[in-house]
Amino acid sequence: MYQLLKQVIGTGIRTEAPPQPDEALRVTAQRLRAEILERFAGALTIRHVDAGSCNGCELEINALNNPYYNLEGLGIKFVASPRHADLLLVTGPVSRNMQTALKRTYDATPEPKLVVALGDCGCNGGIFGQSYASCGGVSSVIPVDVAVPGCPPTPHAIMQGILTAITISSGA
Amino acid sequence: MTIEDFPFEASPLPGAMPVWTARVNAGQWRDACCMVREKGGRLVALWGADYSDIGAKFAVHAALGLQTGLLVIALPLEDDRYPDVSDVFPAANRMQRAVRDLHGLHAESAADTRKWLRHAAWPQDVFPLRKAFDAKQTFANGVDGYAFVEVGGEGVHEIPVGPVHAGTIEPGHFRFSIVGEGILRLEERLGYKHKGIEKRFESMTLAEGAKLAGRVSGDSTVAYAWAYAMAVEGVTGVVPPLRALWLRALLLERERIGQHLWDLGFLGNDAGLAFGLAQFSLLREDWLRTSNALFGHRYLMDAIVPGGVARDIDASGVARMRSEIAGVRQAIAVLKDIYDEHAGLQDRFIGCGRVKPDLADRMGLTGLAGRASAMAWDLRVQFPAAPYDQLDVRMVTHRNGDVAARVTVRFEEIAESLRLLDLILDRLPEGGIAVPLGDAPENALGLGWVEGWRGEVLIALETGAGNRIRRLHPHDPSWQNWPLLERAVLGNIVPDFPLINKSFNLSYSGQDL
Repeated sequence: MYQLLKQVIGTGIRTEAPPQPDEALRVTAQRLRAEILERFAGALTIRHVDAGSCNGCELEINALNNPYYNLEGLGIKFVASPRHADLLLVTGPVSRNMQTALKRTYDATPEPKLVVALGDCGCNGGIFGQSYASCGGVSSVIPVDVAVPGCPPTPHAIMQGILTAITISSGA
Repeated sequence: MTIEDFPFEASPLPGAMPVWTARVNAGQWRDACCMVREKGGRLVALWGADYSDIGAKFAVHAALGLQTGLLVIALPLEDDRYPDVSDVFPAANRMQRAVRDLHGLHAESAADTRKWLRHAAWPQDVFPLRKAFDAKQTFANGVDGYAFVEVGGEGVHEIPVGPVHAGTIEPGHFRFSIVGEGILRLEERLGYKHKGIEKRFESMTLAEGAKLAGRVSGDSTVAYAWAYAMAVEGVTGVVPPLRALWLRALLLERERIGQHLWDLGFLGNDAGLAFGLAQFSLLREDWLRTSNALFGHRYLMDAIVPGGVARDIDASGVARMRSEIAGVRQAIAVLKDIYDEHAGLQDRFIGCGRVKPDLADRMGLTGLAGRASAMAWDLRVQFPAAPYDQLDVRMVTHRNGDVAARVTVRFEEIAESLRLLDLILDRLPEGGIAVPLGDAPENALGLGWVEGWRGEVLIALETGAGNRIRRLHPHDPSWQNWPLLERAVLGNIVPDFPLINKSFNLSYSGQDL
């Protein structure tokens, strides 16, 4: 126990400043009223759905919870059920075998809800494209609010995408 | 057993690894598998191919791991049937079912004929990997009837989990049959991530394929990229400069350490020690940032290219890595002590999710999980391709086969990889980092075989005309190890499943293709 506490104290607080929202990532005009977004900004819950990725994006989503990015410190946390979620964070391409599961997850998420598509594949199918087995980007299956490119996008970029989704659009 | 023991002619394949190829008939197909099994060898991969566009018919291929190398046997087929070998190698079961789903080739008299990678996206009489099939063709979703094995008896009930899981992990379906908390049976249903990778390769040139190979399973991008490069270099007769090969090993060991750090954090977390995740994820984030600074990508994607590597390092990069290695070595020593001495953690780890060596041997457990169950296979040790032939890698093995053993293998492999990184930085040869690729002959076979952090990754490549890919089968060790997860959980309680699952940390994408 002594060793453990010594290590904790020696490590200190390593959290870095979060990025600013980026309006360029928004793909559809803001759908939610400003009052609702203000509530989200204090306590947002996210359900991640891997709809067919290579697992690269998942590595970076997991990194969001490391002490440097400390996403939970911003009041944003991952939940185990879409029924508890405000935002779906979806990686793709959406495989045909995940198409129904993704739609059902979207339907199970209560309104008002937001969707952030992640990675080059989530944006447009990426290197896997569209085929007998792949629907391509997330927006070909469910509505998308914000899309974050990258292969995989960095934790910084993912945070930026999430923050953009819950920030009142400057154009609204 | 040596290659001369087989009752058929086998010829060596040019390339970095000891590989032989042979054409066999149906009898020899089974005999070869039986011989290899009897002598303690294993099935590394099994895949189908369609040659109807070039005047031949179908074939099935099997890559068999021997003590002396890899034997790739090809069985040309007269019709759409070939002899089942799942009774010899249980791991063949799902591979054969995938061959049926994608090529329409049947393993005759196999006990399990259910579909595997096909769900409802295409009809059962359509085979996407046949040459006549157009990749763009799509079908309306059908009905996905899949017969899970039902367990009966008083008080038995099922828990279906997935494909969308509670955590940030890949999708798959787990069907638990339980009494109270105890697991009587687990049945996996995978294939949710099937996105047509093999068909996609067939639309690409050898140069284009490198990027896709690095995205078969994103957490093993270096292993796949190296295996792909090895296969392409084999068919084009190119040998990369020594410096490039040493840098590849540096990248592969960096990938191994990065993933092991991550897993060790999560294993602590899944056993209730959030401190472990916080500490290991800090180490890992620093590690990724160094990768990004020196090689341009946090996970080292596209750092290995056919012909060499994409980026060189300079003296400042070497210095940065040296101090990083020393720092990680020190941190790991402290964290290992804390893990070892933490009674609550050890209570969850020891005896949990056990795969005993005899079961591991019978079922063909491989890679990291295999080495935790006394399966002493490590390509870097048995078939050390340059630069591993100069590094004298020390294999890590344990016998207990439980979560604790898989944790210990990871700790010890980190220590060994840190030692290797120091050696690589000491001896890194001078010179260029890439050579241009020549033209590849048509209908040639190239093979890549690399010990990734999870286990052996295999790329079997057949060339078409004009430096195009005619057929490519990427094989992940998860194919072999997923069935053992079903066995490891037996007699354990449901709440221990996440911990056991994480201790294997298998790839969904690499298996679903």
